[in-house]
Amino acid sequence: MKGFAHLTNVATLELDRDACVGCGMCVAVCPHQVFILQGTKAEIRNFDACMECGACAVNCPVGAIDVDSGVGCASGLINEWVASIRGSKTGGGGCC
Amino acid sequence: MPIISTDLRFVDRLGAWKARWGIGRMSYLVPPGLYGIGSPGPDDPVVVTANYKMSYDLVRRALGGRSVWLLVLETFGINVWCAAGKGTFGTDEIVRRVKMTGLAGVVGHRTLILPILGAPGVAAHLVARRCGFRVRYATIRAADLPEYLDNGMVTTPDMGQLTFTARERLVLVPIELVTAVKWAVPVMALMVAISLLSGEGFSFSTLVSPVVLCAGTVMAGAVAAPVLLPVLPGRSFAVKGAITGGGWSALLLWAGWGSGRWLDAMALVLAVTSVSAFLALNFTGSTPFTSRSGVKKEMRLGLPVMAASLLAALFLWIAARLS
Repeated sequence: MKGFAHLTNVATLELDRDACVGCGMCVAVCPHQVFILQGTKAEIRNFDACMECGACAVNCPVGAIDVDSGVGCASGLINEWVASIRGSKTGGGGCC
Repeated sequence: MPIISTDLRFVDRLGAWKARWGIGRMSYLVPPGLYGIGSPGPDDPVVVTANYKMSYDLVRRALGGRSVWLLVLETFGINVWCAAGKGTFGTDEIVRRVKMTGLAGVVGHRTLILPILGAPGVAAHLVARRCGFRVRYATIRAADLPEYLDNGMVTTPDMGQLTFTARERLVLVPIELVTAVKWAVPVMALMVAISLLSGEGFSFSTLVSPVVLCAGTVMAGAVAAPVLLPVLPGRSFAVKGAITGGGWSALLLWAGWGSGRWLDAMALVLAVTSVSAFLALNFTGSTPFTSRSGVKKEMRLGLPVMAASLLAALFLWIAARLS
């Protein structure tokens, strides 16, 4: 995304190029153009642009992509952390 | 099966404004189901959206003058992007809604047009397998739908380009402000109470000082940092918030804030920058480019620093009172 970048080298995105069948779905669904089709396989062209939304992993028909996509906002993460300490399930809070 | 208008009226714009300010936001929805725009027939396209009324309004407005089917999913009044993340704008709901509305009997084709930002919740290949409809991820913005429908359903690079303009950042600020103010008010009340109890008397400065301090800090972290996001140095949101907070405390000190004592000034700077940093960090939840891992890292590094800072500010302030 032009002009905006967050931290580098933190994304949990993993692409198994051996499993990839070159369908191009990851390219189509990624809002940050992280992937590109190189010949018959997908390739990560911009790793740090990944926001871990999970669209690629969900839409890969052969499960070649893995990413840790979950709640990504500070208050949501705090909720998760508190819940893990208390041993309770996350309620979601007033946001969602 | 209702035919809906594509004109937004004052009440719709007012509803959107209220939602932006967090008023009735969690119940701003329309019933899920199949709606008609114009006079749709069996060959007309099916566009899918969430039942958050703001999403629904943006999509129907974009489709003015056309004949289109609008399939509204039950996302419990949550927008497409967040609902996709939660899974409610998802494979199961699409399959369920297609079956419940009898869509296969209404249209002859087997295509569903989806927003690109719905993709995190929707497995296109599974939708096809389970209900026979093929998902096409069209555009990011509803406003690009007319061009998409007219150009033979091709997603141009612009249609897939996510932006975060000043205006797009600004509309997200009110809800951050409202949330921050809810916390700021008790803090302000506490500060006023402490001033009164320590015998400072009921004066203009006793009441206004805490309000100005807190209001400015909230503005620094929840308004200035988001608005100035791309120009503030560094990639860390917490750092950007500390910078705007630092600016506010510098302004206060320059304006003669407090007693001019070193201890008070340090307490002020530490408290304002840490609170402002925290508020700015919270804005990550509203941005379309921060990752879960990035936010986790920021929190792991930043939260202890902010907490220590705030604690240090408290000690300095007490020390100032005692000396």
